[in-house]
Amino acid sequence: MSTNDSVPHTDAMAWAGSDEVLGQAAAWLDEGREVALATVVSTWGSSPRPVGSQLLVDRQGNMVGSVSGGCIEGAVVSEARAALEDGKPRLLDFGVSDEMAWEVGLACGGKVEVFVERLGD
Amino acid sequence: MKRAVLDDLLEARCRKAPVALVTEIESGRQLLLDGDRVQGDLEATPVLREAATERLRQDRSGLLEDGRHFVQVFLPPLRLAIVGAVHISQALVPMARLAGYAVTVIDPRRAWATEERFPDVEMVTEWPDDALEAFQPDERSAVVTLTHDPKLDDPALIKALASPAFYVGALGSTRTHARRLERLRAEGLDEAAFARIHGPAGLAIGARSPAEIAVSVLAEMTAVLRRAPPLVKGERKE
Repeated sequence: MSTNDSVPHTDAMAWAGSDEVLGQAAAWLDEGREVALATVVSTWGSSPRPVGSQLLVDRQGNMVGSVSGGCIEGAVVSEARAALEDGKPRLLDFGVSDEMAWEVGLACGGKVEVFVERLGD
Repeated sequence: MKRAVLDDLLEARCRKAPVALVTEIESGRQLLLDGDRVQGDLEATPVLREAATERLRQDRSGLLEDGRHFVQVFLPPLRLAIVGAVHISQALVPMARLAGYAVTVIDPRRAWATEERFPDVEMVTEWPDDALEAFQPDERSAVVTLTHDPKLDDPALIKALASPAFYVGALGSTRTHARRLERLRAEGLDEAAFARIHGPAGLAIGARSPAEIAVSVLAEMTAVLRRAPPLVKGERKE
């Protein structure tokens, strides 16, 4: 992963690193990989990642960044692959009841909307 | 996202320019607002431009009221200049980094400003006013003086107050701070400048150890950055 020399990088900072996600996106596109980007566009309740958090996914399912700290990444990755397939952007709504929240891994009962788009068209 | 938009966005980040990316959720069309420059396949209507500009001002990414557009705000990185390579700084550096700040420690006293005490930290051993001249604090910068030595703290404060830094803090007791203001008044600073100094720096949380003081300073910086409602200092139920 590339880091800006003037900005010290720590692992704990990585969640905030839109720069790193976007830089990686450009690098992957340069390698000819097919890449999709997921972005948290709204949250409600105790969602683990703030609006603007991003996850980069390639067709093989490689990931950089995060949109939930692990809870919903699986579902997002499969939608990202679908977006790579048909080229259409989609809005994923993990608006879940507390009970549902357990199923998709949002133990806290939060709500998250994630926008998924194909990159580099 | 189009490749051209991605490249422009990355270029703007390198330039440390504030930019906003507006996405029409349904179509995926986007526009990048970079000062007066607009790029992308989404029409930059006055309404969208105004909303994006307002979001930039508030540092708030989110869906617009129409529910159809998402604005992602990209502001220049947060920076912190700490004057004084002291114990509190050793605690404050890693904490501030976790909170997303790029940290610079300034101290001309080479016995303090050592690689051993501050591994992997950008250290500047110039005199604080020269160091801050080079640091160029902007609206996304905080400056904190921690040396307790007027020879070092005062020139730093004068430089910091001449900049648009969002937070200027000075460590020291209330009495120390009163004497500091007298000296700064003699240097020609006025009440308007004094009002910008957070002194004694830090929220009143009863901090004692260097790490606790670092927490209180970082908490105050955060409150100012996020425009949290003011806390009344010193008033606590016993």
